[in-house]
Amino acid sequence: MTTAPDLDVLRERIRGMEQAGSRTGVELPTHPALAGLLRLRAGSSYAVDSLSLAALMMAGPSVEGSWTAVVGVGDLGAEAFASLGVDLDRTVLVPDPGESWLEVTAALVDVAPLVVLRPPPRVSEAAAAKLAARLRKRSAALVALGDWPRCEARLAVTGLRWTGPDHGAGHLAGRHVDLLVRRGAGPAREASLWIPADGSVRRDRTGEKVRPLLGEVG
Amino acid sequence: MGARVMVVWCPDWPVVAALWEAGMPAESARRVPAAVLEKGRIGACSAAARETGVRRGMRKRDAQSGCPDLRLLDAAPDRDARAFEPILAAVEELRPGVAPLRPGLLALRSPGVFYGGDAHAGAVLAEQVVTAGAWDCRVGVADDLFTAEQAARRAAPQETEVVAPGGSAAYLAGLPVEVVDTQPDAGDLVSLLRRLGLRTLGDLAALPADAVGSRFGAYGAWLHRAVSGAGTGVGHLGARTPPPELAREQVFEPAVDNVEVLSFSIRRTADAFVAGLAHHGLAATEVRVEVETEDAPGVAVGRDWLHPRVFTAADLVDRLHWQLSGSTRGRGVPAGQRTGTQVGSPVTLVRFVPVVAVGEATHAEGLWGGSTDERVARGLAKVQGILGHDAVLVPVLQGGRGPADRQALVPYGERPVALRDRALPWPGRLPDPQPARVLAEPWPAAMVTGDGRPVVVDDRGAMSGVPGRFRTSAAEPWQPVAAWAGPWPVEESWWEEGGGSRLTRFQVVGVDGRAWLLALAGTEWWTEAGYD
Repeated sequence: MTTAPDLDVLRERIRGMEQAGSRTGVELPTHPALAGLLRLRAGSSYAVDSLSLAALMMAGPSVEGSWTAVVGVGDLGAEAFASLGVDLDRTVLVPDPGESWLEVTAALVDVAPLVVLRPPPRVSEAAAAKLAARLRKRSAALVALGDWPRCEARLAVTGLRWTGPDHGAGHLAGRHVDLLVRRGAGPAREASLWIPADGSVRRDRTGEKVRPLLGEVG
Repeated sequence: MGARVMVVWCPDWPVVAALWEAGMPAESARRVPAAVLEKGRIGACSAAARETGVRRGMRKRDAQSGCPDLRLLDAAPDRDARAFEPILAAVEELRPGVAPLRPGLLALRSPGVFYGGDAHAGAVLAEQVVTAGAWDCRVGVADDLFTAEQAARRAAPQETEVVAPGGSAAYLAGLPVEVVDTQPDAGDLVSLLRRLGLRTLGDLAALPADAVGSRFGAYGAWLHRAVSGAGTGVGHLGARTPPPELAREQVFEPAVDNVEVLSFSIRRTADAFVAGLAHHGLAATEVRVEVETEDAPGVAVGRDWLHPRVFTAADLVDRLHWQLSGSTRGRGVPAGQRTGTQVGSPVTLVRFVPVVAVGEATHAEGLWGGSTDERVARGLAKVQGILGHDAVLVPVLQGGRGPADRQALVPYGERPVALRDRALPWPGRLPDPQPARVLAEPWPAAMVTGDGRPVVVDDRGAMSGVPGRFRTSAAEPWQPVAAWAGPWPVEESWWEEGGGSRLTRFQVVGVDGRAWLLALAGTEWWTEAGYD
């Protein structure tokens, strides 16, 4: 009883579905320290190489009252995440999704507009595409810890300078974090963050000015 | 005049239940200052504890400083439900149709007509409850549920407070607004009312209804109707008997004998039940939860549950949980052999039957409230369906010295229990910032001096040499130490068998800039956390 629909009707339908699902332009709240470096967009994926950066990405939507989810991370330091602005009451962890990581992440996208995932070593293009479609449909963003195919942007820590410890005396206090932000084929951007002990992260403009003087060529 | 409502209230029920299950005879339990802890604060306390100044909401150490011999007990909602079961059974002997509101509080249609008056009936009932073992019970009788509960809370021990027919509004008008704090979903309404200068429920009733609705939300509007004498629950004008086809049931094949599993899998049926009523513009205030077990196929054991407002899906799951926890006691399983989550006999069927429902306009919030949370709950239930209940976790912070001790992971949907108090000083805890990466299992690490001799710390805290090179695990390459802080000795039992070994912590920064928390136990180094 199924009748083959006209090809034009099918195309029209596909266009309609694409439009219905294409709320990719929607911006998610971004932590002020990352403003200007990166815009968290619904439907996009991001790769970071540090848990603190992932926490910063989570903090934006979390502070605004959204749920966030973390998949595949069995070594999360809850206190540090809380101090960086993540509301733990609205955070859900799935430390060990095993083989079902893709299914679980897709299900969590329904709940949380931002999902942090530590993916298994090799992720196929097909799996990434499947998840990307889900992200677009649900207006959510994915932050991968490690590599991820087809990212909107990749954040990498290129330098870390701690203040505090001094040959046994003192203790870790604050850190300057140098970041390299690469977006697609565009030019990479450098930036520095200052993360003091209380987690009130801000852009470290002084560090950015100093860098060229150090003779580093990117 | 409709049926009168009688409410029986057993004060401080969590404490009574806890002492009861601890095997303390009622005579001595009455004199013991005891309290039940909820999230590090006093959740309920006995009258003897109250005499020494202990109050609900106090912090544990404040309570203990005022009352050093205070006996502290952990909160256990299942235990409360279990212990309440014999009380329900005792009241049911006098009059069928007893509906518990929650452990410690039950309602029934007053049997006054059989006993020559409400006061007399109350006395008979109180005697029955005391015989069943609850030494403190109070009875209230009124036209509606809310007033009857307030009357019970104002009655003297084992006495009955009767509100004359038609006298609810006048009775409530004189009560201070603080009485609302006893209602489970009142939130911070009381403090709002107080700040606005409303001292009594009469002040609230005097306000125009539309102003109340816009200023105090749906719960305030409901309360306003209650105190204006419009009636709220049993016998209330808008109440009607819902059509029986709105009942929902779920068959378990194979039978399930674990309360947690049952509570989890019944969730969708509970959702469907609430949604089915809502489709007819109804919300349930009284529900019969029926359970069939493998031992007695085809015989449904049911209990009627009343809700002070309306049942949500989560409320229904709670009631099923309480009912099953209660029934294990009824089967005569000795206290020591109960596992807490095991049902007496495997359950084959659970059915929710609406007994009394009201129009949803009366209780709009019950249907609209928390829609985001409902969506989250559904989504997370799906993940729990894939991986199991314990795989979906919510992080909570607690007190402790090491970074791993300071957090706990609680399965989504469960309440965290027995958390360590963060307000305590916890000597030896790490200064901020805290590590973003806390290893679930420490890695075996290594630390040597510049010329390759191992770094150890003697009993007096003196180091054998200056840290020169380290590696965070056997798989990682050695790297020079760029900066370090320590040693910080910590006395605590450690993760290893036979714990109690002396532990010394160091913060170490490698030349790559990454910082780690290393611990030295004896001569062995471990990586505990990373400042990722």
